[in-house]
Amino acid sequence: MTEIAFWGAVELGLVYAFVALGVYLAFRVLDFPDLTVDGSMPLGAATSAVLLIHGVNPWLATAAAMAAGAVAGIVTATLNVRFKILHLLASILTMTALFSINLRVMGRPNVALLSEDTILTPFYGLGVPDYYVRPAFCFVLVVIAVALVAWFLRSEFGLAMRATGANPRMARAQGVRTNLQIYVGMALSNALVGLAGALFAQTNGFADVTSGVGTIVVGLAAVIVGETLLPSRLVTVALIGAVIGSVVYRIAVQLALSADVIGLKASDLNLVTAVLVAIALILPRLRKKGRAAS
Amino acid sequence: MIRVSQLGITFNPGTPLEKRALNGVDLTVEPGEFVTLIGSNGAGKSTLLGAVAGDVMASEGSIVIGETEVTRWPAARRAGLVARVFQDPLAGSCGTLSIEENLALAAARGRKRGLSGALPRSRRAFFKERIAELGLGLENRLEDQMGLLSGGQRQAVSLVMATLAGSDVLLLDEHTAALDPHMAAFVLELTCRFQAELKLTTLMVTHSMRQALDAGTRTVMLHEGRIVLDVKGDQRKGLGVDDLVDMFRKVRGQELEDDALLL
Repeated sequence: MTEIAFWGAVELGLVYAFVALGVYLAFRVLDFPDLTVDGSMPLGAATSAVLLIHGVNPWLATAAAMAAGAVAGIVTATLNVRFKILHLLASILTMTALFSINLRVMGRPNVALLSEDTILTPFYGLGVPDYYVRPAFCFVLVVIAVALVAWFLRSEFGLAMRATGANPRMARAQGVRTNLQIYVGMALSNALVGLAGALFAQTNGFADVTSGVGTIVVGLAAVIVGETLLPSRLVTVALIGAVIGSVVYRIAVQLALSADVIGLKASDLNLVTAVLVAIALILPRLRKKGRAAS
Repeated sequence: MIRVSQLGITFNPGTPLEKRALNGVDLTVEPGEFVTLIGSNGAGKSTLLGAVAGDVMASEGSIVIGETEVTRWPAARRAGLVARVFQDPLAGSCGTLSIEENLALAAARGRKRGLSGALPRSRRAFFKERIAELGLGLENRLEDQMGLLSGGQRQAVSLVMATLAGSDVLLLDEHTAALDPHMAAFVLELTCRFQAELKLTTLMVTHSMRQALDAGTRTVMLHEGRIVLDVKGDQRKGLGVDDLVDMFRKVRGQELEDDALLL
């Protein structure tokens, strides 16, 4: 693996770290298996790309991508909370609808950002190679996001959100409005994923309607790798674990793809990811069984 | 104070599974009164408790807690007025959160939850003090996960949680039934102590006749969704477990096959 490929993997890992944070909020904190992510990631990319082409301020375009993601999360939450549709199915409905919406937003299957200013433009050309600038920039944003989410989850409101996922009946008995918690949590989760989409579009220079396929599996892989590498019940550690998991996962995939002996192609990525996640899910169970037998 | 008037609850109305769980129940629990609630399975004890707590919505009648009519309020909204301890030790607390996080959740019951830290140092010290009162040595394990505690320890902590937010009404749903006899006695004694100290208006569902007479100041028996016995004061002092069992037989109009089920 070349140095450029390595930093490319780190950069992608840091972009997807936002997906991992969002997936952690939905799956782990709220116990809400949310597949909306596969739609809200390209939604974030599409929203920011189209706004950038129309000359909107890059930071404003990025904020709009987060807002769009939040709305997608609220739609899924509404289908589940208000209309009692099974959470998994509710999120699949939103995800399916988003495919069409993303095409509408862009007006075509993909949009290229060639000469448009992005949030990264001011940092290019300062004498540092671009392939350092991008991961460094993403790293700073990730640190800020982790700090904010950790602070949120340790607040009274955030604690109520964790209780909502862990024991909703108890949460209600303690006066927690669990429905509100699900709305806020899902909005926050998908806003983070929308941000990931916006960063993806701006670091890679394009938005594509199909780029969302498998996002949820990648996010879940990052969370699970993080939990394996940094097992802890402290939320801050779990969030840092998800970020590290996301980067480690990308480097592992890059290694696998660049090792010619294995004969993998880039198009095998989703298969490799699914197999990795399946192994990560099966291993702890096998280990437990082994312990029970001995 | 709890005032339940003409409370009727029907599950699955208009379907073949229709069940009349409560049928015109009138019950007023005075401030500071400790009522023990007994009755056979399906008599409506837990439904009555659930109706006061807001888990079950009244089909007819009204419920007043303190001075507030809460008949249409959902459970979360009533939480500021009512503290609860459940039968299942796992139900009343979050196993994946730490002891102090559970306490922080309970301390904010009925209050608006903002973005300030859930566990500032001063609050931690206060929790430590309250948990130390239990004499279980848990004050040094506040950062441990709730799931690591035994059922009895969890119920004891749940009782402390119920007293943190300063509400006047305490609802106990067979909260000692899942514990071993030693721990059950400890939790019941703790219940009576908190109830007396804080003058809590208490409604306790129990399956044990002994407990129903030993604890509290008033005993109410439900049968098929109606109150069939309501004793307090001297009349209650003269009652023994045998008398209660006799009454049970009378209202059921049949001999119970096994008295042990009731004791």
